Amino acid sequence: MVRLPLRKLVSIMSSAASTIPHGRRRSREGFSIFPYVLLTPAVLVTLLIVFLPMAEAIFLSFHDYVVWRPADRAFIWFGNFIAAFQDEVFWISFWNTLLWIGITIPAQALLGLITAILLNRDFFWRPLARALIIIPWALPSVVIALMWRWIYDANYGVLNDILFRLGIMQSSFPWLADPDTALYAIILTLTWQGFPFFAVMILAGLQSIPKSYYEAAAIDGASNWQQFRNITLPGIAGVLGTAILLRTIWVANSIDVIYVMTGGGPGYATHTLPLYAFIEARSSLNFGYGSALAVIFTLMLTGLVLVYLSRVNRTLD
Amino acid sequence: MVRRQSTFRSIFGTHLPVLAIVFFALGPYIWMALTSFTPQDHLLQTGVALDPQNWTAANYERLVGRTDFPINMVHSFIVAIGTVVLGLSLSVTAAYAFSRFRFPGRRVLMIKFLVINMFPVVLLILPLFVIMRRLGLLDTHAALIIANATVAIPFSVWMMTSYINSIPRSLDEAAMIDGCSRLGALRKVILPLILPGIIATGIYIFITSWNEYLYALTLGGRNVRTITVAIQTLIGEYQIEWGLLTAGGVLGAMPATLLFLLIQKRLISGLTQGAVKG
Repeated sequence: MVRLPLRKLVSIMSSAASTIPHGRRRSREGFSIFPYVLLTPAVLVTLLIVFLPMAEAIFLSFHDYVVWRPADRAFIWFGNFIAAFQDEVFWISFWNTLLWIGITIPAQALLGLITAILLNRDFFWRPLARALIIIPWALPSVVIALMWRWIYDANYGVLNDILFRLGIMQSSFPWLADPDTALYAIILTLTWQGFPFFAVMILAGLQSIPKSYYEAAAIDGASNWQQFRNITLPGIAGVLGTAILLRTIWVANSIDVIYVMTGGGPGYATHTLPLYAFIEARSSLNFGYGSALAVIFTLMLTGLVLVYLSRVNRTLD
Repeated sequence: MVRRQSTFRSIFGTHLPVLAIVFFALGPYIWMALTSFTPQDHLLQTGVALDPQNWTAANYERLVGRTDFPINMVHSFIVAIGTVVLGLSLSVTAAYAFSRFRFPGRRVLMIKFLVINMFPVVLLILPLFVIMRRLGLLDTHAALIIANATVAIPFSVWMMTSYINSIPRSLDEAAMIDGCSRLGALRKVILPLILPGIIATGIYIFITSWNEYLYALTLGGRNVRTITVAIQTLIGEYQIEWGLLTAGGVLGAMPATLLFLLIQKRLISGLTQGAVKG
């Protein structure tokens, strides 16, 4: 008989004693309806206020439905979808959406990355700087649109004033009223609004990289750039990927800032797909066509959403 | 020599760049605030007043006295508080279930809550309008609270789950050995411990509801006009009176900004926790 020290024996026995009922309890709970009872209110309410309306949107998208004449709501199969693909404004909005996301997201990410690297350094007013930098994130989109309209204002705007004083421009320029610059002006606004989110996410990623990696690399004579490429970038790749996905989905969805800044104009210069859907419903009250546009746009986003969900799914246990 | 070089580097490598970014982040807001203190005629003749001696509260007095701004703030407040109550009350038990039990369908349900936040607002806003019209709820607080809850419930379920996850299971088990029921353990042990998390989540829901614009515009507007819709209407009515408009912007953004500064630390740790792991 192998003699075990008493203390060890006790610890083995007590751990056995604690695992057996623990395991039994867990397996019993596995079949209990209790968690479902706890979840019922939230699940029911979201089904009712999110998934039911979604079904309604899909239903509407197959109909010719204008709100002020609800009597002749006609089922027209894919009529709205076919009409969309033949609609010139649809394609203008589509390309605007791509251009808009294609510039805004990298700009936000880059500025966020620079901000995060700076905020990761040790300096005495770092907490203050971090708190101040994320303020754009907290502001209502209407206020953001308002203050940037004021900055871009053709007559009294500070942007024209600065450019004039620097001698770059001779006369004032209507940034939001000119079809060539309106979209880019909004992109700058959205970059400003969104970069704090990236900064905060990337900063969290940076802080999870052990300092010893950099010390070891420095001892081995790695340059700053080499350290950035081989330690920092791989260290934040996960966070950066998640942030880019999330942000792309959100920026693609967001229409409030554009709607207040230009209303989609001048002409169709700042129409994006979701904005076009919204305007179609709000101004033309054409809810059938508007819903079809919204459904098409949602399907386009689905790919990105699936990538994001599969990333999250890995962490769910 | 070395020390001087390092102060030089820290000024040009850290302090000045950070200062530039802070300036970029705050500049538009500060400019708006300065404009709101500038008298209207000063604004038209010489531009925004940088000298505090020229400042005036006239724009704010006019805003509060002549427009419906105070009433709009009350509407925003009712909607935001309603959303907070609805969002929090439904999500605590759901989050406890996600955190403490492993049951068939858990993943699917968690993903269900996550995917809601990915839906485009336009996809929901059109049918919600049709449904609210059918129910006769258009232009009521209830309509806006329900619409805001579409975002608030899933968000708070996820935040709460991450807060409860950070509390060791052994605490519930100890409470249950001492004779508590599951619900008793949730109420007496878990709730007090996650109270800071509940408050942070509640404040964040308050901020997003306060800031929300599209639902408020589409489902409300006449009787129930929230602050964001009111600001947008001001832009239409007072085209060039930027002093008045910016005063509205400062006032409208004030509650959300202050609350955000208050909870930013806790909120950020909650938000980034999942992302860093992922």
